[in-house]
Amino acid sequence: MRWQRKRWKARARLKSRELTPVANRTSQIAANDILLFCTLRNEDVRLPYFLSYYRNLGVDHFILVDNDSNDGGAAYLANQPDVSLWSTKAGYGDARYGVDWLTYLQGKYADGHWALTVDVDEFFVYPFCDTRPIRALADWLDACEVRSFGAMLLDMYPKGPVSGAVYSRGQDPLEVANWFDAGNYIMTRNKLLRNLWIQGGPRARVFFAEKPKKAPALNKIPFVKWRKPYAYVSSTHMLLPRGLNLVYDQSGGEKTSGILLHAKFLNTFNERASQEAARAEHYQKGQEYQSYAERHGADPTLWSQWSEQYINWRQLEMLGLMSKGNWA
Amino acid sequence: MSFGVVMLVHTAFDRAEQMVRHWVYGGCPVVVHVDAKVDQPAYDVFKQALGDLENVLFCQRHRCEWGGWGLVAASQTAATLLLDSFPDVRHVYLASGACLPLRPVTELADYLKAHPDTDFIESATTADVPWPVGGLDRERFTLMFPFSWKKQRWLFDRFVKLQQLLRYRRKMPEGLVPHMGSQWWCLTRQTLRAILDDPKRGIYDRFFKLVWIPDESYYQTLVRVHATRIESRSLTLAKFDFQGKPHIFYDDHTALLMRSGCFVARKAWPHAEGLYQSFPRQTTEFLPNQEPNTATIDRIFASAVDRRLRGRHGLFMQSRFPNRDRENGLAAAPYSVFQGFDDVFPDFATWLAKRTEAQVHGHLFARDRVHFASGDTIDRGGLSDSARLRDYNARMFLTNLIWNGRETHQCFQFGPADAQDIRWMLAKDTQARIWVISGAWAVPLFLSRRSASEVRAEAARLQGIEHKFLNVLRSSHARARIQIMTLAEFVEAPTDVLQAIIDEIAGHRGSAVTELPEMANIAGLPAFLQDLKNQGMHPFLTGQLSDKPAIPARRQAAPKPYVIGRK
Repeated sequence: MRWQRKRWKARARLKSRELTPVANRTSQIAANDILLFCTLRNEDVRLPYFLSYYRNLGVDHFILVDNDSNDGGAAYLANQPDVSLWSTKAGYGDARYGVDWLTYLQGKYADGHWALTVDVDEFFVYPFCDTRPIRALADWLDACEVRSFGAMLLDMYPKGPVSGAVYSRGQDPLEVANWFDAGNYIMTRNKLLRNLWIQGGPRARVFFAEKPKKAPALNKIPFVKWRKPYAYVSSTHMLLPRGLNLVYDQSGGEKTSGILLHAKFLNTFNERASQEAARAEHYQKGQEYQSYAERHGADPTLWSQWSEQYINWRQLEMLGLMSKGNWA
Repeated sequence: MSFGVVMLVHTAFDRAEQMVRHWVYGGCPVVVHVDAKVDQPAYDVFKQALGDLENVLFCQRHRCEWGGWGLVAASQTAATLLLDSFPDVRHVYLASGACLPLRPVTELADYLKAHPDTDFIESATTADVPWPVGGLDRERFTLMFPFSWKKQRWLFDRFVKLQQLLRYRRKMPEGLVPHMGSQWWCLTRQTLRAILDDPKRGIYDRFFKLVWIPDESYYQTLVRVHATRIESRSLTLAKFDFQGKPHIFYDDHTALLMRSGCFVARKAWPHAEGLYQSFPRQTTEFLPNQEPNTATIDRIFASAVDRRLRGRHGLFMQSRFPNRDRENGLAAAPYSVFQGFDDVFPDFATWLAKRTEAQVHGHLFARDRVHFASGDTIDRGGLSDSARLRDYNARMFLTNLIWNGRETHQCFQFGPADAQDIRWMLAKDTQARIWVISGAWAVPLFLSRRSASEVRAEAARLQGIEHKFLNVLRSSHARARIQIMTLAEFVEAPTDVLQAIIDEIAGHRGSAVTELPEMANIAGLPAFLQDLKNQGMHPFLTGQLSDKPAIPARRQAAPKPYVIGRK
């Protein structure tokens, strides 16, 4: 385990040579600041809302890696006062889907900070997020001596075909895609890394019913009190040292957990699916994207009569998708 | 003013300053103790910030470790200084920098004036009340704790183990009975003086220096020696979680705290702007003698502890994934499983659904697809009818199904032709009610009008599978409510069984069974079964059907080793 972690760290150092600083404002970072890490590519249309959502939660500084965008998003980001931006033209897949780059930056800037690692289409929801800033969560986790916080990925989709969710820059994507599957998630324990492996949701139901093992993993541990030696293993699904993966209770109780609302299924999706399938830079050579692309002509509809419409975190708590645990 | 405040501060100095000013402006003298761990510059800044106030004193600083003696020493020093410097003070209120006063100072002053001789301190005997934290209650007094729980956990644990092993016991100083309670108290001048000036204080202090968490037991024990009238409760509202850490109040607790009528709450999150704007209240809304009422707050925090320790039964999710046999019941609600009923009564599901309010599914674990009650390809919660998706994790398919519809009683048909992965789960689940008519699979085989020789292999296969299932149900690990009867036994008295099923599901709302569902025509079945036997395949699970057998029946055959079945 230790050697695996060291290997990822060494690899991250190596891959750090691919990064070029575009705007480095990390000197602004104060002790205790909450940092957000993200890799992105051609996401310009999503950026304004993404930044404002996380600023509202109380994220203090954004540390971003731009993977060869050509849509002007990089220039927009470089002008933001609380963003530090790196860029790279290297392959996303070769950098373990961006994890290597972020591991390097996390090791360098996040030591001793609470670090949130998300994608541009992921929106972090935790208990009381409508009344308590993310600083409150971090302080509370500190007081409980908890180092990592789990948040399952919840795929959001529109009513009707995905192409019908027309998204415009700056808009809240949940306005156009606010339905989800409430109770079809399955999980098993990963004995080696001790994390839960969660699958299910609309993608398993619609795209992977015939090959469920290949359905995408939904377990995520995005919020971590970072220490230099830590490293994500695969996306933000699991970490090393593996003790950080125990974000679930094993004797019948519930630990506090959140949700990452995954606003991937917008009208931008179809175009992207075919692009990414051709690029084959994603996990398992973009199989997931190929699967989508096969149905591309059909323009997938994920909605069903049993879909739930998103209201707030309390609804997710009641449905049993996340838990307040003992935070009251 | 009738009372003074001892305030212990170690962090969030801006909030602490705010609180000191609140007390002083209300007319109370304050003695501040700042943890010796705070560095000198920060201390000086804080002291300077309060320099304009007359009735604020700073006492000698002690190092305060959680669970250590320092907190008691700090309150002793500060209280002595307060009593010596302000002779008018009748009561001393112990507070921290994170304590948030809710009601105006004058209300607390009036309340204390109305109770001039009362000591407000939570004080419970360790003999009668288990104190939940850390698994140590009486042993806090009988063992020695020279090591810090937070910083030297390894030594702490080993040393406790060693003392337990050697059966070491400390002797309590004479005259003391161990008591514990919340560390936040409000004592009268007389009681506090008596504790501080006690000729035996040296002995007591030496003893309590090695007690674990003495701030929860020092005053709580000594008041029992000196006080005249004890109200065993704290005037400071403080809730603790299952690890003994204080719950924290945020902006969204404002309304709750407003209604509670408590004088002081702890602890407030230092950045909870809304709380600090709403409290302390300047205007009075309560009668001066209004007692605090914390029922709602108690309930909310008790349910939080319960959720953390026991969780929602039957829920498997990202932060609740109990180990095998730690589930507190596998599924979220009772459900019924029927094996063989739909073979005997083809219309059983409709019949049952009509007579109970249960949701009656078909064969959920059929090989071709999931047969939901609705007949749709998707069911509540987004469960798909794909057999492959279901079999990928059959256990969780079932726990999800029950969780999603946990407010209704759900039923499903099961049989040897279905996927069998969940049989152990069914048997072990205390929520499952399992009804089996063994050998009922013979009915559809018989009705297929194929000859015994054609269906022989199929019959053997089904019987083998059912036999395994029955063995599981009869194992010593089975915890479900299980009823097993043979086909022969069932057709003797079907009404009784159906009545029992309806009573179990519908309870007192169940009605008497007046009409049976239409039964499959099984005339000629015994002959068919005999044919099977003649083929060498003994259907021992059907029991002895007595419906005018074509050939006089022999004794019921026991399972025989040569019965052909699939392993």
